[in-house]
Amino acid sequence: MSITLEQIDKSFGAFKALQGIELDIPDGELIGLLGPSGSGKTTLLRIIAGLESADSGRILFHGEDVTRRHVRERRVGFVFQHYALFRHMTVAQNIAFGLDVLPRKQRPSAAEIRQRVGNLLEMVQLSHLADRFPAQLSGGQKQRIALARALAMQPQVLLLDEPFGALDARVRKDLRRWLRSLHDELNFTSVFVTHDQEEALELSDRVVVMSAGHIEQVDTPEALYAKPDSRFVFDFLGHVNVLQGSLAGNRLASGDAWVQFPEEPAAAGEAQLYLRPHEVRLQLSPVGHAHLPLQVEAINLIGAEVRLELRPCGWQCDTLWEVGITHAEYHSWQPRRGDRCFAVPDVGHLFVAGHTQPQTLYWG
Amino acid sequence: MKSQGRLRAGDQPWIKWSLIGFALLLVVLLLVVPLVMIFSQAFSAGAATFWDNLTDEYTLHAIGLTLFVAALTVPINLVFGTFLAWLVTRFEFPGRKALITLIDIPFAVSPVVAGLLYLLLYGSNGWLGGWLMDRDVQLMFSWPGIVMVTVFVTCPFVARELIPLMQQQGREEEEAGVVLGASGWQLFRKITLPNIQWALLYGVVLTNARAVGEFGAVSVVSGNIRGQTNTLPLHVELLYQDYNAVGAFASASLLAGIALLTLLIKSAVEWRQARQMRPVSTQSDRTT
Repeated sequence: MSITLEQIDKSFGAFKALQGIELDIPDGELIGLLGPSGSGKTTLLRIIAGLESADSGRILFHGEDVTRRHVRERRVGFVFQHYALFRHMTVAQNIAFGLDVLPRKQRPSAAEIRQRVGNLLEMVQLSHLADRFPAQLSGGQKQRIALARALAMQPQVLLLDEPFGALDARVRKDLRRWLRSLHDELNFTSVFVTHDQEEALELSDRVVVMSAGHIEQVDTPEALYAKPDSRFVFDFLGHVNVLQGSLAGNRLASGDAWVQFPEEPAAAGEAQLYLRPHEVRLQLSPVGHAHLPLQVEAINLIGAEVRLELRPCGWQCDTLWEVGITHAEYHSWQPRRGDRCFAVPDVGHLFVAGHTQPQTLYWG
Repeated sequence: MKSQGRLRAGDQPWIKWSLIGFALLLVVLLLVVPLVMIFSQAFSAGAATFWDNLTDEYTLHAIGLTLFVAALTVPINLVFGTFLAWLVTRFEFPGRKALITLIDIPFAVSPVVAGLLYLLLYGSNGWLGGWLMDRDVQLMFSWPGIVMVTVFVTCPFVARELIPLMQQQGREEEEAGVVLGASGWQLFRKITLPNIQWALLYGVVLTNARAVGEFGAVSVVSGNIRGQTNTLPLHVELLYQDYNAVGAFASASLLAGIALLTLLIKSAVEWRQARQMRPVSTQSDRTT
């Protein structure tokens, strides 16, 4: 079932939680709402579910206006951040709840309910826990039961609020894969909320990046990472190295550091050059188009590549620079804490004061 | 818990033992001795006299009236307290905080003052009382007045028990229920009520204990008419003033008995609650 949001506004007292939200979610998509806390992503999810009402705007399910429809009649599946399992009911009773409260005419027979609960338990691979109480389950098990309970009503829309937020890293990764395959198999439309960029990028067909009550950008994970529309999206998705200085002609300078652009940027004035860690190389001597002196501050050997934290020498930057080098490079160079080196950019994203969109520049 | 005898470094054993001794002394002097005295006085003239005193016509009436008042008060406050707790923990509205504070007024106001307020309001010379008098409705100096002040004095117990629990449990389970299609009544019966049942029972036990034992407010509005508006606590005082100490203590022993029973039920409920809350060790946590 497709979901359409038109001009959704929501305030809590003087606080504007959402402003003019426009979003189209096609049938069968798995979409992630990503943003820092307070960006309005959970509020938006609750408005789609009907747990919260929008101050203005419209919500359409499959082209049909459901704005005024009660939660009870929207028939969505909702998975809560802290699972919200009914603590006095067994796992089986939890899953059966939605079927048990149906009006007598629509309610399946007791045997049929038992059968459906059995199937759902098999699907989440927890059949052996049917008679346990929620307090006797681990976090990951609770989450899977919560999912089975939501799916018992065979909803066409599944909404998940920080579904893996409270789980440890390993379980989270497992459940993520499992949710993805479940989504592909059962083919409902899913919307999930997260503040974890890795989770959003890995799991979603498209990601909605939100900040301060509005949508910054909606795009596929690849496009979002390769071409962020704004500084906010840039900052929020992964680490970024920044050179802030004044732009004159095709040269951006700050203290001892400067960069020469291959073409003259469209504007001039105060500007910031954003460089992703993989868009920068390290060398022991400067090159013709860039002079960015750095000093090794910390070395992290864990992972597929060696991550270096670097402190600017003779120029200013709010945060340390981060650059990854291969283990082979590490062994031939053997950098130590305090060693000097120079950063060489291959690709850069230039933000000039007064412009929200960046200009992407390529060297050589 | 195996913490007996455990000392922190530097603590002297004699400090611990003198504190325990002092606490024990206070408990014996202030709580145990008076309680024992009630029963020993009640039986001081023998079991037969004790029995005669209890089966005295006026005493029986006082017992009946007390039970009658409690039987009306408890359900009223059960419904009212549950409703109030649900209101302030499940909805946001202006004045919510003020309402939570207002619930405590009966605790803050002396019962005698509460009784006087009701007398001023509903008595024959009161604002509402005069109007009611003209229509032949008498509330003060009859059982409805006693019920009214008892309801007032005991109304915070149930709400006070429920509010912290319901705040702590949050509304997520109810939201999960409504998303799954449950109606308001189904939500209450299948989710809210099972989650609060022990706190509710605890609140009822406390309400009942207070309703049975209330003296101050009731004494102002009842008029102490023997055989008509005399509750058990008032009856104790009347008997004592009649120099019938044995009779007074016999009635008092009934009240003390109810109090002990209340404590017993309270402990049982608390034990039950603690057992229910105890989490069982969790299982391994991996999808296969």
